[in-house]
Amino acid sequence: MAYRPESFFEDNNVRVIAGKKAEKLMPKEKQVLTEGSEILPYDALCVCTGSRPLLPAFKGLDKVSKCFSFIDLNDALRLESAVDACSRVLIIGAGFIGLKCAEGLSGRAAKITVCDLAPIVMAASLDEDASAIVAEQLRRSGIDLRLSDTAESFEDGVAHMKSGRDIAFDVLVIAIGVRANTELIAGAGGSVGKGIITDSGMKTSLDSVWAAGDCVQSIDAVSGESGVLAILPNAAMQGFTAGRNMAGASDVFDKSMRMNSIGLFGMHIMSAGITGDCIYSEVSGSGCRKFFAKDGRLCGFIMTGDVSRAGIYTSLIRNRVPLEGIDMRQLAEYPSLLLFGTEYRKEKLGGLV
Amino acid sequence: MKRVYVNEEWCLGCHLCEYNCAFANSGQRSMVKALLGKPVVSRIHVEEGGGISYAVSCRHCKDPVCLRSCISGALHSENGVICIDKSKCVGCLTCVLVCPYGAVAPGPNGAALKCELCLGNASGEPACALGCPNKAIVYEDRR
Repeated sequence: MAYRPESFFEDNNVRVIAGKKAEKLMPKEKQVLTEGSEILPYDALCVCTGSRPLLPAFKGLDKVSKCFSFIDLNDALRLESAVDACSRVLIIGAGFIGLKCAEGLSGRAAKITVCDLAPIVMAASLDEDASAIVAEQLRRSGIDLRLSDTAESFEDGVAHMKSGRDIAFDVLVIAIGVRANTELIAGAGGSVGKGIITDSGMKTSLDSVWAAGDCVQSIDAVSGESGVLAILPNAAMQGFTAGRNMAGASDVFDKSMRMNSIGLFGMHIMSAGITGDCIYSEVSGSGCRKFFAKDGRLCGFIMTGDVSRAGIYTSLIRNRVPLEGIDMRQLAEYPSLLLFGTEYRKEKLGGLV
Repeated sequence: MKRVYVNEEWCLGCHLCEYNCAFANSGQRSMVKALLGKPVVSRIHVEEGGGISYAVSCRHCKDPVCLRSCISGALHSENGVICIDKSKCVGCLTCVLVCPYGAVAPGPNGAALKCELCLGNASGEPACALGCPNKAIVYEDRR
């Protein structure tokens, strides 16, 4: 399950201090105080504190004996050991995490119910049509979906829903999102909003301190809005940029964007960017493809089912390629490099990229 | 580093590269056994239209966006060759979502499918280039 090979840190001459929280950042002294009062001095610091699951103050939640998040490996292992073939599981939140949790538990529990206050599943990244296809797939796979409804209060074993219904459960999973861990920077007087504020070189408002990943608030390159875009591709590219700049480079990373790719019960679902004017829409029982444009450029798409070569679309969004001269209908139906011209292909397929 | 390059003007659109790729990566000794009656699982594909055809496979980019985006750490670089550890791949297909060339494909077993230059199979070097009758696909060092 390790993301990096075991030898990664040693190979790169990195000393890892695991299992100790960084308690306090002292930017004037250029020191970090860890749990256990060890002082770590730095010349350049990168804060990659990530995010933690959002746990709202549901009334009675403290009375629920089996309540879990679904963020890290420990959550998954603890959840696995709490669930058996007789368990009724209630998952609050029909986003990526809640639905991936439902898929993982499918076949291991007697009943899986997923509820969400939104009227559609994956409301943050899908539209009604795509959502309906995914919801149908979930229901076909035995998931009890309760949309436009969520828990208001709990007793152990019972959720009292907003709709007035009660749902009995043995195991509860809360998957309504994450919140950036900004305390270290905020505590040292650095700028934070919903996430740590950085410039496009990933530097925070504090001298010699950078930040990257889910703890950071960044500008969405497509919408221009500032927000937390907590997905791995953005995090990895931010981290790379921060690392180079900490070593003296002046790199810029200004291509953070929303994108998601997920498989649920054998169906693939992808989305990238934001919605805008719908310039192509194809919805059938088996899948959907929708493309959105803004200011003459592709700004987003949603696909379910066949997702082959979707990266061609993503790169149009990421690189803000003007759609002028590109037959978007043809490209939407058949993603290929055909429409980009001989010169482009010569450069990309015949050259070092 | 040697990579697979495409000379579009020489491509006949015969699709032989797809068959050679599928065979080379099948682990079988006989092409008939590998391919007869089975779907062609290839890491290279030919795109064609309007009298033009050309093959597309992984560019083994210097700054590979697929590798940077891989959520499980399955995609990695072995001396510049972008390889996939199938045992680590969770099949999310984020690599398919980000590859600007459409060169990473959803594979038949859930894991993503991509060219690894045949370095780990019996062919030893890219079977697509070896078998291309018109040298429209070559394996060489270009700078």
